[in-house]
Amino acid sequence: MINKIVQTMAEALAGIRDGSVVLIGGFGSIGQPNALIYGLIEQGAKELTVVANNAGVGHVGLARLMEVGRVRKIVCSYPRTTDPVVFEELYRTGRIELEVMPQGTMAERMRAAGAGIPAFYTPTSVGTKLAEGKEVREFHGRQYVLEEAFFGDVALVEAWEADRWGNLTYNSSARNFNPVMATAAKLTIAQAQHIVGLGELDPEKIATPGIFVDRVVHVPYGEPTIT
Amino acid sequence: MNVHANVLAACKPWTREEIAARAARDIPEGFYVNLGIGIPVLLANYVPPEREVILQSENGVLGMGATPEPDKINRWLINASKKYVTLVPGGAYMHHADSFAIIRGGHLDLCVLGAFQVAENGDFANWAMSDTDMPSVGGAMDLAAGAKAVWLLMEHTAKNGASKLMRRCTYPLTALGAAKRVYTNLAVLDITAEGFAVRDIVPGLTFEALQDVTDAPLHRAN
Repeated sequence: MINKIVQTMAEALAGIRDGSVVLIGGFGSIGQPNALIYGLIEQGAKELTVVANNAGVGHVGLARLMEVGRVRKIVCSYPRTTDPVVFEELYRTGRIELEVMPQGTMAERMRAAGAGIPAFYTPTSVGTKLAEGKEVREFHGRQYVLEEAFFGDVALVEAWEADRWGNLTYNSSARNFNPVMATAAKLTIAQAQHIVGLGELDPEKIATPGIFVDRVVHVPYGEPTIT
Repeated sequence: MNVHANVLAACKPWTREEIAARAARDIPEGFYVNLGIGIPVLLANYVPPEREVILQSENGVLGMGATPEPDKINRWLINASKKYVTLVPGGAYMHHADSFAIIRGGHLDLCVLGAFQVAENGDFANWAMSDTDMPSVGGAMDLAAGAKAVWLLMEHTAKNGASKLMRRCTYPLTALGAAKRVYTNLAVLDITAEGFAVRDIVPGLTFEALQDVTDAPLHRAN
């Protein structure tokens, strides 16, 4: 019997190594799997490269992971978001590396990784500093920049509902990067507000089919906050 | 008193809400429109109710509505500025790769963005003020590359009086030649082959006074 549901945070995060590339879902704090991030702090992996849209809000979740010194590098599209106090301090004092990537390029690079596409051409960033050093090619009279697939060692995602096969649904705009990241990592770990029986999820509403998910842990925490 | 202070004292500059409301009035029925961080997200509160304009938010929302009443907040539903919004009937959620397929794939009629600087050739800059500043590009480069038109909603001048409407941008560019119209607290301008063409000026301000606080040369719209 396939059962991806684990009972403890320690089981959920077992085996994550120092130096891993960790994809973390969310847009600001919405859809950010904070319980898994705290589990990762407990687990102890360090020298991490984290990929997330923002660079943490306040002192919670991703910001806390950075604050306790586990993140060597962050790859994100928009660090200058609501209250990035922890990141700001680390960045100003040279204690964290930052790579900024256009948001759509970041999403598509992970989508490509999960879809078996090694690279693609995009019109985004042509002629800007973010395209410097990258191959540019013309198609149908327009220039495009070559971008490569971006793989994670681990993806941490937040779902709304999950079953024991790892099928996932999401709530409203908390979907964001989560389904994309779930496809792009060797090990995908989901926290879910609700665990339901196999067959209880409407197949039309499953946004992440279980094949992309390795472990599920039940985290019924209620509602997120934006600060 | 410097020129900048004199000019601002002579008129009542449009507020951020008034800039957003003015732009909202100019969006045609049936348009699909992305709203960026800053003044643009305020536009969701000013779309005329009789007009169907479908708003998109980069974080996977198509059919974004106005700010919710305090007792009707969905705490899982935010806009690009991480503020609570609503979903209109017919609205849909999607993941980030699909959201940027909408954005990059040429499906949007318009995107409305904030900017630090815009040039008379349509170049604009909104992600970094220098090479050492904390750069934050978000979805702006994807939007500028993919939407059929780009409008910018911004302050006309910086706090020190420096014009944000330039002959050429000095900050790192977001996109080349992409901006088509600019709404500021002082004026509405089209970007044409000749440069900035003034469509409207805040009451109390003359064309000449507007030129005094604008780095780039201004033209009168036909």
